[in-house]
Amino acid sequence: MKKILVTLLFLLFGTVANADCNIKSGSINILANDFPALRTLVETAKECKGSADFKVTHSAEHNKIAVPALTANPSEFSVRVAANSSIVPLMNADLIRPMNDLVKKYGKGIQESQLITIDGKVMAVAFMANTQHLYVRTDVLQENGIAIPKTYEEVVAAAEKIRAAGKMKYPYAAAYKAGWNLAEEFVNMYIGHGGEFFKDGGAQPNINNAKGVATLNMLKKLADLSNPDYLTHDSEAIKVEWESGNVAIMTLWASRSGTLLDDEGDAKITAATKLVAPATVGGGNIPAATLWWDGFTLAKNRSDADAEASFRAMAHAASSKEMVAKAADQAVWLVEGFVPGPKSVGVIEAVKMGAKPYPMLPQMGLMHGALGSEIVEFLQGNESAEQALKDVEAAYITKAKEQGFL
Amino acid sequence: MPNRSFFWFFFPAGLAMILFIGLPIISTGIQSFYAQHDQILIEVKKCDPFGCKTSVVVDQEATSKIKEEKPLGKFNGFGTYIDRNHLASDQVSEFWNESKSVGEFIGKVGNLPFYKALVFTLTYCVIVTPCVLLLGFIIALSLNAISRKIRGPLIFGTILPMIVTPLVGSLVLFWMIDAEGIIGANLQILMDDPYLSVKSSKALTWITIIIYGVWHHSPFAFVVFYAALQTVPQEPLEASIIDGASRFQRVKHIVLPHIYPVVTFVALISLMDNFRVFEPIIGFSAEGSAQSLSWLIYDNLVNEEVILFGSAAATSIMTIVGISIILTPVLLRTWKEFRTNR
Repeated sequence: MKKILVTLLFLLFGTVANADCNIKSGSINILANDFPALRTLVETAKECKGSADFKVTHSAEHNKIAVPALTANPSEFSVRVAANSSIVPLMNADLIRPMNDLVKKYGKGIQESQLITIDGKVMAVAFMANTQHLYVRTDVLQENGIAIPKTYEEVVAAAEKIRAAGKMKYPYAAAYKAGWNLAEEFVNMYIGHGGEFFKDGGAQPNINNAKGVATLNMLKKLADLSNPDYLTHDSEAIKVEWESGNVAIMTLWASRSGTLLDDEGDAKITAATKLVAPATVGGGNIPAATLWWDGFTLAKNRSDADAEASFRAMAHAASSKEMVAKAADQAVWLVEGFVPGPKSVGVIEAVKMGAKPYPMLPQMGLMHGALGSEIVEFLQGNESAEQALKDVEAAYITKAKEQGFL
Repeated sequence: MPNRSFFWFFFPAGLAMILFIGLPIISTGIQSFYAQHDQILIEVKKCDPFGCKTSVVVDQEATSKIKEEKPLGKFNGFGTYIDRNHLASDQVSEFWNESKSVGEFIGKVGNLPFYKALVFTLTYCVIVTPCVLLLGFIIALSLNAISRKIRGPLIFGTILPMIVTPLVGSLVLFWMIDAEGIIGANLQILMDDPYLSVKSSKALTWITIIIYGVWHHSPFAFVVFYAALQTVPQEPLEASIIDGASRFQRVKHIVLPHIYPVVTFVALISLMDNFRVFEPIIGFSAEGSAQSLSWLIYDNLVNEEVILFGSAAATSIMTIVGISIILTPVLLRTWKEFRTNR
């Protein structure tokens, strides 16, 4: 019944949205990451391009291209689809344009909550949310009489039990690839412990403390329960591990669930795969996970006509009820009219549990970079936790000085 | 060739070199002396789908004014060169004072990013270069002695590692040493250790990369040596056979001296190539265990969300200096020989 109602609503509003969209001039060129939800969004934007030029670049290397491409004047791209971390370098270098005027004029379908505002200026319009949460194999857990873990301590106990039962050699998996991925796991776990990355609002680092040590020790415990090659495993690699049936508990992005639960692969594993809330850690009550949004930004170094055309096309997609109904299982859409399905459990639970967003700070990228390379030796067992954290802080301070933050 | 015609022959190449190599190096050098301006941060209210909070952003108005005045940034002199992520002069002297033994000091210095990368780069260079020379020479000698009928296909097979794209070559080996790959799994059985991982062990990763390096570079040495072997005069060889020289003696006293200039050339090129080792680290996802100087530059430019131009420029310049230092002995020797030959 609900479905029918929703469908009816689209028919009603769908036509309205389309009618709104007749762009006469300008050119639109989009730079975006490459995963199904973003492809859907861009396709939807294309529907209403009118007589504007329309080009798109989907690339997993989007982060490396973005700053140089938007620095050029006129910039290569008129739209950059960014997330809470990747918007920071754009703002640091003043490469994106506030869009209050356009929101006012053309942003009818966009909800207030979708707007990313900095000091009242709308810098981005979000359309989907993401987080990392637990995936479990219900069959394996049941066989061993384990309840669905709610904390990382329970994850460790459960994984140890599965290993002891001889079921799996490496029952846990998470993207621990040295670099960005590993640092992201640290960020999650540290926030779960209630840690703050910087001393009271400034840029001085603040991770060499008891919470940091506890974070590292937990990462190490989990790493010991993972495939020994964990330092080379990114999200894609652990997904393959999961699909091969080698893993019973996994921490993975919500946005990756689509391909994990499709018809390809072992039907038994797919049927037993369950998405659950992110875990807490160290007795904390907020999850050891960060909330992410994906949204679109407009390049500053482009003409007003291009900005207007781009905004109208993107706003059409970012408010399309038709799209979120059709692609309901591709993402947790922030667009009005989205009906959450079973794949949205992780994000919704994370929000309910009060998860914190990834810190949108100008110097956070430097901290992330320092974490990704300096905690590796601790996980390899060559260094104490205190020394690793000291190294992270030292590496961060050096980079922050070069960048003028300290 | 008269100097005049030499100049006109060389001119196009020289111009391209100045434009595309010389000027970028100069610009890199200039960049390495600058750091970013002090960031002016202001507290603002930030709102996103998950709520509002007060935190800092870069004050664009104030920053753009400073940037317009001094677009290159803040002059930093050798500041970037001696900071912790490069030569780390302060840290090194501090470690020297507080360390009780030389071993402890070396351990601490080896933990600094630049020295960590330098140690790997040098180890790679020092092991791979001689291995490549030796292996290339042995293969060239053996192929040279083989019947002409099967020589063609064998030569093709031998230079295959050089034809295969470096990244693909390293990926193939990367999958083989996976805990579930053919080499990784067999090693686990052989060592009777189910948790053995080639990829997470530092020593094993280094060995893998070095073996890969030798495999990938040997064909180059082989091809050059093989070509040089074709020019070895037959008369002295035949004479030495009549004199009763063994195969080893013939190689040592006739073949090697004859192709010696070529050996120097291959050694030079290999040293330069190996000092800039980069692809295998990416191919093997070995960032955790092995970092090279080239990888540090890459890391500063692309792995950070904030691009560290100054850092990358400083490391680039130091890599160039490093290559010059490594090449000096070989170049000096060649120069000396050149003088004596005259």
